[in-house]
Amino acid sequence: MSDSKHATAPGGTGHHHSHHDYDFAAHKKVYWAVGAALLVGTVITVLAREWEFSSVALTIAVALFIATVKAFLVCAYFMHLLSERKAIYLVMATTLAFAIGMVALILFSDKDPIPGTLPKTVYVP
Amino acid sequence: MEIPYAVKPRPDTGLYNAKVGIWLFLASEVMLFGAFFSTYILLRVQAPHGFWPEVALGWPHGLLNIPIGTFNTAVLITSSVTVVMAWIALKQNEFARFRKFMAITIACALGFLVIKTFEYKEKFGHYVIQLADGSRITGHLDVQGKSPLFWTKKNLEDAKLESLKVLEDIPNKFRFPVGHAIPEDVHKAHAEGHHHKDREIPVSDIVSLKAFIPSTHPFFAIYFTMTFLHGLHVLGGALVLFYFGFIGTRLWKTNPEQFTNRVEVGGLFWHFVDLVWIFLFPVVYLL
Repeated sequence: MSDSKHATAPGGTGHHHSHHDYDFAAHKKVYWAVGAALLVGTVITVLAREWEFSSVALTIAVALFIATVKAFLVCAYFMHLLSERKAIYLVMATTLAFAIGMVALILFSDKDPIPGTLPKTVYVP
Repeated sequence: MEIPYAVKPRPDTGLYNAKVGIWLFLASEVMLFGAFFSTYILLRVQAPHGFWPEVALGWPHGLLNIPIGTFNTAVLITSSVTVVMAWIALKQNEFARFRKFMAITIACALGFLVIKTFEYKEKFGHYVIQLADGSRITGHLDVQGKSPLFWTKKNLEDAKLESLKVLEDIPNKFRFPVGHAIPEDVHKAHAEGHHHKDREIPVSDIVSLKAFIPSTHPFFAIYFTMTFLHGLHVLGGALVLFYFGFIGTRLWKTNPEQFTNRVEVGGLFWHFVDLVWIFLFPVVYLL
């Protein structure tokens, strides 16, 4: 919620306000609620370790799904990305595209390793 | 000369300078941490079967301390809430309340770092011991009641020990892979709440002794690199927030809007630090 813009209150209706009109009490409630949701998410992730999933892929998917939801909450509410200006969206969308490209290119190298760079086959302490 | 848009937003973008600056900086940070996360994934997927510490070290109890990691996550989340509360206090013109929330935020940051330091120290005294019969155990050493750090086999020889007392880790049953049979004695130890057992090992039976340090295994290398880099960010963020909250507060009297903007920007960095931990914690502690 930068000062001059027509901000949408978190979870709000999209009415236009100047920041003097903000309902601060409502905002504070949202921030505490998001904080509580993040703590609950953390507890669920830890407990999920003790559930017996049928595959490793599913375990990883569940952990990363919860982490992604938590990341969304932080970005959307604490970092105000639900109601940011267009320039910020442009910067971050570009970054995200490059970041995904970087991760993908690095991971593709798994299929085409440079001889001699692979780790030892057996761990020897 | 007055710098344009230092406080008032530029009409076309709707942003003041510092807001653009912090988001560009965070963009570069995304790439930095993205590179390290990619490295972690690549190390892990390239590791041959049985190479990762889970299997190679026998699913030890406390490879990393999950309850402590969880607690530290909660500490960081709390500080993320308090820093946004501090900003909103300024918006409401309540400086005393702003200070209170800044103080809690900084206390959380320091708490996080202190806990992390203890975690590191615990790993420096946690060992993988290769025995002459081909077996491998993990655990803490007990040398005359003390738990030495960074020891290698050379330290055992220098100390002229005949035998070594080890608090051997009992495997953590939750760490066994899907479909792997859990040995009966492991079940029994869990049911009784034991995580360690005492063991006396003749030094002549020990082939190698290594602490959980970066050179011991690629997992520890990437774990320490990523968590230390993240810790530096926590320290840097705490210093900046301390400056905003307790040293550079004169600006609040001369230009409250600019001061509030600074706190918002500092808070954005702080949330990013929280964001990195949200992924780092499950990836290195849980998966």
